[in-house]
Amino acid sequence: MVAIHIVDRRLNPGSKSLENRQRFLRRAKALVQQAVKKTSHDRDIKDVLEGGEVSIPLDGMDEPRFRREGGTRDMILPGNKKFIEGDILPRSGGSGGRAGGAGEGDSEDAFRFVLSREEFVDLFLDDLELPDLAKRKLAEVESEGIRRAGYATSGSPANISIPRTVSRAMARRVALRRPKPEEIAALEAELLICGHEARRAELLAEIEALKAKAKRIPFIDPIDIRYRRFETTPKPIAQAVMFCLMDVSGSMTEHMKDLAKRFYTLLYVFLKRRYRHVEIVFIRHTDRAEEVDEDTFFHGPASGGTLVSSALQEMHEIVRSRFRPADWNIYAAQASDGDNSTSDGEVAGRLLTEKILPVSQFFAYLEVGQDAGLTFEMPDSSLWTLYERLRLAGAPLSMRKVCERSEIFPVFHDLFQRRVRQERAP
Amino acid sequence: MTGERLFQGADWDFPTLQRIHDACEEIAESELGLNVYPNQIEVITAEQMLDAYCSVGMPLFYKHWSFGKHFAYQQASYRKGLMGLAYEIVINSSPCISYLMEENTATMQTLVIAHAAFGHNHFFKNNYLFKQWTDADGILDYLEFAKTYVAQCEERHGRLAVEQTLDAAHALMSHGINRYPGKKLPDLRVEEKRAQYRRQHEESAFNDLWRTIPTGPVKSVATLSADRRRALLGLPQENILYFLEKTAPRLAPWQRELLRIVRHIAQYFYPQSQTKVMNEGTATYVHYRIMNRLHLQGQLSDGNFLEFLSSHTNVVFQPDFDSKYFSGFNPYALGFAMMQDIERIVTNPEDEDREWFPDIAGKGDTMGVLRDVWANYRDESFISQFLSPRLMRHFRMFHLHDDPAETAGIRVDAIHDERGYRRVRRALSRSYDVGFIDANIEVVDVDLAGDRHLMLRHTVLNGAQLNDTDAKRVLQHLADLWTYNVSLVEVDSTGKVLKEYVANPRGLAAVA
Repeated sequence: MVAIHIVDRRLNPGSKSLENRQRFLRRAKALVQQAVKKTSHDRDIKDVLEGGEVSIPLDGMDEPRFRREGGTRDMILPGNKKFIEGDILPRSGGSGGRAGGAGEGDSEDAFRFVLSREEFVDLFLDDLELPDLAKRKLAEVESEGIRRAGYATSGSPANISIPRTVSRAMARRVALRRPKPEEIAALEAELLICGHEARRAELLAEIEALKAKAKRIPFIDPIDIRYRRFETTPKPIAQAVMFCLMDVSGSMTEHMKDLAKRFYTLLYVFLKRRYRHVEIVFIRHTDRAEEVDEDTFFHGPASGGTLVSSALQEMHEIVRSRFRPADWNIYAAQASDGDNSTSDGEVAGRLLTEKILPVSQFFAYLEVGQDAGLTFEMPDSSLWTLYERLRLAGAPLSMRKVCERSEIFPVFHDLFQRRVRQERAP
Repeated sequence: MTGERLFQGADWDFPTLQRIHDACEEIAESELGLNVYPNQIEVITAEQMLDAYCSVGMPLFYKHWSFGKHFAYQQASYRKGLMGLAYEIVINSSPCISYLMEENTATMQTLVIAHAAFGHNHFFKNNYLFKQWTDADGILDYLEFAKTYVAQCEERHGRLAVEQTLDAAHALMSHGINRYPGKKLPDLRVEEKRAQYRRQHEESAFNDLWRTIPTGPVKSVATLSADRRRALLGLPQENILYFLEKTAPRLAPWQRELLRIVRHIAQYFYPQSQTKVMNEGTATYVHYRIMNRLHLQGQLSDGNFLEFLSSHTNVVFQPDFDSKYFSGFNPYALGFAMMQDIERIVTNPEDEDREWFPDIAGKGDTMGVLRDVWANYRDESFISQFLSPRLMRHFRMFHLHDDPAETAGIRVDAIHDERGYRRVRRALSRSYDVGFIDANIEVVDVDLAGDRHLMLRHTVLNGAQLNDTDAKRVLQHLADLWTYNVSLVEVDSTGKVLKEYVANPRGLAAVA
C-alpha cells in the first residue's frame, strides 16, 4: 500500500500567471498601446474603457524556432475510402492537403487576446498625468488619519491589549514555574487526611513554600502589560469634484453637445483613476444657469440668450456651499460654441480670475464647432478672445478648439500629456 | 462481486476521492501489476488549470513573458469557448502529482485517477526513456532552484538582461537536447548541488589580483590543427545550448547557468515528445481496464459507467482525413487501439497475427507483454514493431507521398493491403521519429584563428529547408549569445550548399 496525499489546492492564491501576463504586456506595451488607441477609435466612448479584445502584430513578440518547411512529405492518413496504390490526387483538391501545424498561434500574423478593463484603462491613459498645478495642490492639502502600528509597553489604560497581556503573563508564569492553585489544593487535601506527623510537617513546609512562591510570582505583572499602539499618518485627499459647464443655448447643436460629452467622459475616467471618490456637478446655462442632472444636461431642451458669467457664478456658489477647496480637488471643464453677449465679458473674466481659478486645480475651455472642419477659418469667438486674453495675462487656463469626434482624444491627450522636461527640471 | 458503490450520483468529496483511489490501486496492483510512484492528488480550479497550462504544466516555473503570452492567448480562447480544458494534468515526478479539476463529476474523477495516477504514473516510472533522461525525484527541487535562481539573477543583473538571455535560450531550446546518453546519467539533484558548489567555490576563490597578472604569450593557434581544435571543442555538436554554455567566449557565469537551466528543462521534456502515443495509449488502456473492473465488481453503477463510456468514446475518437475535425492521428485513439490489439493478439490470435507477431501471439500473459512493451519502446519503435495489419485495415490507413517536383499531384504510395502494410507502417513509424521531425543542425567549427566566427550546418533532408524568417531570428539570438558572427549553411545529402545565413551580434544589455 503506497501512501497517497490528496491536497486541496483550490484555496491557493490563483492567477499564478498574472506576473507573466504583466511581463508580456510590459514587453508588448508599445504595440498594445497602439492597438488600444486604434480600438478606441472604433468604439463608442462609453464602451471604450470596457476592456476587451485587442489584436497586435506578432512582430517582436514571436518566439522563433528552427522550423523546416517544403520538401517532399510523406503522410499516413486514416479513413481511406476509395484510393488504391498509384492514384494521383490533384493538389488543389484539398484531400489530405492540409498543412501540418495549422492552427498554431505562432503562424498567424496577428495575436489576439483579451485585456481586462483595468489593463485597458491603464494603457489608454498611461502617458497622461495631472497638470503640475494640480499636483502641487494635491501635495499641500493633506489630512491626518490614524492607523494601527503594533504594540507598545506604555500607553493609556483604554488601549491595553488584553490578549497580548494575558498571553505574555502566561508565558512568564510557565517559564518561572509558578505553582498552580490546584497543586496547592491537592497538598492541602492530603494534609487533611494525613495522620503521619513527620509527613504532615513536610507537607506543611511544602505548602508554605509553594504559597510563598506563588506570591513572589504574580499572576499578572506590570511588565506583561502591552498597549495597542496607533500612529498618525498623513492622508492625501482622495476626492475630487468635476464641474461640467455647458452652454445650451439654441446655437449649440447636438453634434457640439456630443463632442462636449465625450470630453467630459474622458475627464471623468481620468479623474476616477487618480481619486478614490469623484463627484460630478452639471451646470448648464443660457442667460441663466442651473444645476441639473446628467440627462437634462445633455438632452433637456432650453433656449435663450447666452451669459457665461451666470454659469461661473453658479459654480462659485456651489463650491462655496458644498465643496470646501481644502477638502476637494476641483476640476472644471467648460464647453461652448464661443458665443457670449459682449457686455458679459468683463463680469465673466473677473469671476474667473478672482473666484474660480484660485480654487480650481484645472480649468479647461473647450470650444466646439460644426462638423465642417473649418477650425482654421473660424474667426475667434467672443469667449475665445476673452479667455485668450486672460491666459496671456497669466491665468492658468487650458483651451482648445474641437470640431470632430476624432479630435477629442488627441486634444485631451494634449492637455494632460506628461511633460517630461518640466518634471526633470530641478 | 460484493463491492459497494464507491459513490452515488455525480458529487464527490475528499473521502470519496480516497476511496476511489484505493479501489483503483487495488485493481492496478493486483490485476494489472503496475508499479507506480506514490501518488499525490491535487484538486484545482479552472483558473488554476489555465495557469498550469501556461507553465508547461509544471507546478512552479521561472517567470518569463512568453508564458504570459500563452496565458493571454489561451485565456482569450477559453473565454470565447473555443477551447475546453483538460480534465487533468499529470507530472512526471515522485510523488507523481495529478491535478484534477474541481468541476469533474465523481465518475470523471475516477476515470482521471485511473488514467493519470496509475496509467501515466506507471509509464513514467517504467519506460526506459524516462528512466534515462528524467529524474522524477529531483525535478520539483530543480524547478524550485531554477525559479529562485532566475529571480536572483533578475535582482542582480536586471530584468532586461535576464529576459534577453532567456529569449535567446528559448529560441534554441529544441536544439538544447542530448539525443544520446553521455557517459553518465544527468542527475538533477546532484547537478543543482554542483551548481551551488561551483558558485560558492568561485566566490570563495575570487581574488581580484589574478586579473592584474600578465597571462604570458598566447599559444600560437595556428599550431593546432583543425581536427585537434574540433576535438577539443567537442565538435561537431548538435546540442547548441550545451556548446554555448561550455564555450561561448563572453558569457557571464550566470548566463551560462541560465542556458543550463533551459537545457535541463528541455531535456526533461524530451521523452514526453517521443512517447505521446504510447503514454496516452497506456493511460487510456489502464483506465479502461480499471473502470470495467470497477463496474463488474459493482463499485460503479450502470449510469456512471455509461457516463464514463461516453467520455471515453469521445477521447478515443479518430476522425477520417476528410473530416473537418481531422488534425492528424489522435494519440489516444491510436495508442489505445494498439494496446487493445496487442491484448487480442496475445490472448486470441489469428493466423495473420501468428505470422506477423510470432513472439507474442497466443502467449496468454497480456499484462506481462504490455508491461514489457511499455518499458522498452518509444512511439517510433512501438509502431514499427506492433502496428498490426488488422489495425491498419481498421483505420483504413493510406500513405501519401507529396513531392513538389511532381506536377500532377500527390501520389497515393501505399494503402492497407498486402503490398502496402509494411510501407504504411514504416512511414507512420518514421513520422514519430524525432530524428526525422527535428531539423538536423550542428555546430561544425569555430574560426578560432580568425574572427571567432561560429559555423553551423543544417543537413537538409527530403528538401525541407528552414523557414527563412524564423531561421534569421534564431540565428540573431544565437549570435547575441556567441557575441561574434554566426553562420549557418544548408547542405543537402550530396554536400551541395543550398543556402547560407550570417548573423551579426547585437549589443545585449548584459554585455553592455
